[in-house]
Amino acid sequence: MIDLEWMAWTLPTAVFFAGIAALLVGMSVWQHVSPTRRRRGALGLSTTRGDRVFLGLLASAFLQLAWLGLTPFSPWIAAGLGGVLLVWILRFG
Amino acid sequence: MNRTEHPRAWLLVAPVLAVVAFSALIPLMTVVNYSVQDIFGPGQRVFVGSEWFREILRDERLHAAFGRQLLFTASILAIELPLGVAIALSMPTRGPGVSLTLVTLALPLLVPWNVVGTIWLIFGRADIGLGGALLHGLGLEWNYAQNAADAWALLLVMDVWHWTSLVALLAYAGLRAIPEPLRQAAQIDGASPWAIFRHVQLPKLRGVLTIALLLRLMDSFVIYTEPFVLTGGGPGNATTFLSQYLAQRAVGQFDLGPAAAFSLIYFLIILALCFGFFTALTAHELHDAPEGEGGEGEA
Repeated sequence: MIDLEWMAWTLPTAVFFAGIAALLVGMSVWQHVSPTRRRRGALGLSTTRGDRVFLGLLASAFLQLAWLGLTPFSPWIAAGLGGVLLVWILRFG
Repeated sequence: MNRTEHPRAWLLVAPVLAVVAFSALIPLMTVVNYSVQDIFGPGQRVFVGSEWFREILRDERLHAAFGRQLLFTASILAIELPLGVAIALSMPTRGPGVSLTLVTLALPLLVPWNVVGTIWLIFGRADIGLGGALLHGLGLEWNYAQNAADAWALLLVMDVWHWTSLVALLAYAGLRAIPEPLRQAAQIDGASPWAIFRHVQLPKLRGVLTIALLLRLMDSFVIYTEPFVLTGGGPGNATTFLSQYLAQRAVGQFDLGPAAAFSLIYFLIILALCFGFFTALTAHELHDAPEGEGGEGEA
């Protein structure tokens, strides 16, 4: 086994990256089964499905930062809201 | 539109993927790991969750550095873009002057960044530098090591000297790509030079100017070397921009956790800016070719 101690892995970050990787693999499979169609949605941008996932993740990240910077509440609430935002952008954006 | 995909294409991009994995992805993942831990030394680390992000987002000095960064970037864009276009418009279009101008303009771009800093460091000094001595000779109180306004002025002038050429060269290339008959037709119709620029040349420059804007925005947003050499972020913190504050935290104070959280926020801002400009660049093309939408074979 390669020594990855220098990368200072933790379980939460490993789960996070595994989630991102699973998302990418899932998107690739989805693309293969049913290819994306470029369209213009609620955001007014012409996007593909992959564009919307990127936008959704980016928007969730900024939501999380705003949450951490402006409120004293648990980041899990923002994570939940971010998930909702991601799905909304993917579906309607 | 029929597109054939060949598996060999993946083989050809594999080296790039490998390089990107080692140069970007693995460091990025490590930074994410650092950002949620308090690291005391090799093997000694404690998980702290989002604590560093909370601390960094509430850091007054970071807010100040961010404000200075925005001011700096906005200032140099406001100067370099119009100036670059003006230079491109006044450059010769034929004859031996063309090569001479192009080479002269390209010179500042070839100078390594730390050397640029050193050049202006010496140039701005009142005792041994030409620029500083001139200002003193004119009776001005000039000291960029003590006066924040002077330090800012010197930094802005240096960046304009270093990078306006890039905008000028891009705009020049854009101008040369405009068919000459367009300008002549406008001239015959009695259009003033300003009207020709505003309604014939400027719209055609949209693409190159967006690229110039994007390049200058990104570069100035991550500027480090020149202010580091020239002012060291001083006097006080007057010219400490984001990357330098980041380096202070990460290398100077060895606050790996907060510095990692800071890097990620910085990264997200840059990513959002990149996306915005990419969209601005490509939205134009998509508007021009609406028939391609939805009607493609891959849809």
